[in-house]
Amino acid sequence: MTTFTNVTFRIRRYDPASQPQPVWEDHTLPYAGGMTVLDGLRTLKETVLPTLAWRSSCRMGVCGSCGMFINGRPRLACNTQVTELGTSLVTVAPLPNFRIIRDLVPDLRPMFDAHAALMPHIIRDDEDEMEEPTNEYWQTPHQLEEFLQFTYCIKCGCCMAACPTFATDPAYSGPMPLGQAHRYNTDSRDGGFGARRAVLGGDRGPWKCHYAGECSQACPKGVDPARAIQLMKRQLVFDYLRLWKQPSPARLAVVPAEVKRRADVPEAPARTI
Amino acid sequence: MRDRTLWTWHVFAGLVILVILGLHMAVMHLDAILGIFNPAGGHPVDWANVVARAQQTFFAVTYVVLLGAALFHGLYGLRTIIFELGIGSGLKTTVSGVLVLGGLAMFAFGAWAAWASHTLARTQ
Amino acid sequence: MLDTNGHPNRLGLWGWLGGGRWGLERYLYTLHRLTGLGLLAYFLLHIIVTSARAYGEEAWLASMARVTGPLFVVGEYLVFVAFAFHGLNGLRLVLVELGWAIGKPIEPVYPYRTSVDVQRPLALGVMVLAGLVIIAGGADFFLLH
Repeated sequence: MTTFTNVTFRIRRYDPASQPQPVWEDHTLPYAGGMTVLDGLRTLKETVLPTLAWRSSCRMGVCGSCGMFINGRPRLACNTQVTELGTSLVTVAPLPNFRIIRDLVPDLRPMFDAHAALMPHIIRDDEDEMEEPTNEYWQTPHQLEEFLQFTYCIKCGCCMAACPTFATDPAYSGPMPLGQAHRYNTDSRDGGFGARRAVLGGDRGPWKCHYAGECSQACPKGVDPARAIQLMKRQLVFDYLRLWKQPSPARLAVVPAEVKRRADVPEAPARTI
Repeated sequence: MRDRTLWTWHVFAGLVILVILGLHMAVMHLDAILGIFNPAGGHPVDWANVVARAQQTFFAVTYVVLLGAALFHGLYGLRTIIFELGIGSGLKTTVSGVLVLGGLAMFAFGAWAAWASHTLARTQ
Repeated sequence: MLDTNGHPNRLGLWGWLGGGRWGLERYLYTLHRLTGLGLLAYFLLHIIVTSARAYGEEAWLASMARVTGPLFVVGEYLVFVAFAFHGLNGLRLVLVELGWAIGKPIEPVYPYRTSVDVQRPLALGVMVLAGLVIIAGGADFFLLH
């Protein structure tokens, strides 16, 4: 196991209000056992860099706030141990492909705009049931597995920073929004494929993905957006060739009323809806 | 929907090219190993071999199919690369227009040449 | 409001060439683009050069005479190499992009095994195949003539 006595943080700082270009700053601090990149940044802010700006919240890889460009790769600062970088020089820059608000804070709004444009929510006809649910919708464990992997996305933007297409083309929707659109396209409770297809069939769709595979390798949650995007292409192309049709959305789960519970089977837990 | 349609045909064209261009490459550049469709021997681009192939309707037809598929596949690929440079929408329309017109002109010229040489070879 | 216009912070073309994890598929993606552009440039010239056959033997011989010599042989071999790579890598891309070679969605458990790892044997397989075609072509181009 690698350990260091000192760690040097090379941080790219930038204040658009007063600086024409970002500048790199080196700061050395003593290594502490189990130090993550985020720990290092906090120590620096508490001691020598009170004006250093970044976004972070949960410090355990759940909230998706601290995506940064660390030693040349997009990663979560809280999930990255200094020792796993294999060097005592830690370079930290804001996520590429997003404008910089300040220092390590990227402006993620284009990503969220693209996300919202692809309708990442359940679309159904029965709006009354959606607003005032009376029952659950049917979904088998197998149907859940079709999209479960993609639900772990924390919208940190690491995939967008790794994507070669998004590096030059701001009009590309990007891995996160496309992956999340596929997550809803494959949800058995959803009936919105037709509505999303109208957007996905055009230049905001998955057609600018050429499977460089970077997004999936960069994803800190193993969501594999590249897989979602290829499966989305498959659905869209097969739909175009009339080889596939989105099944009608799942109906309400009907509880059989006629059946009597056997004495040795325990009673089901109380219903949540 | 246009991007989906174009992309689907881009993939189909790619598969068509893989088969026909694979054959073309085998005929032209693996001749010493495979020796197919070069009845006169010697080099595949010798006039006798060119005529022998051009006489066959199979070659005339596959040349035209390959021409169309390769032009569509290649020019759509070029368009994708140019578009991904993040250019403005006015420039995108211009690029598309130039590529469509250029592609059609090349197709007309190449298809004429394939058919004319087919007719010419049959008279020889 | 927020003044964020000073520095675009985009990787740009550097993002096409590198910029991330530098995985095998990233290099294949870049090579696929470069070979595609090369093949297209050759193909457009090739249409013009070989169309001379429509004018008869003399025009054909004159046209062929313009493209002979060791430089053109090496150039043609590069086109052959580009085709072998682009065609076989393209076959992989069809299998990947239409969802046949990337596996089913799984529960992500660390260390993550992504679709990139699932299709990696295919990527290596088509590269070996392309290598064999390139070697066969090399033998034909430079040894057997």
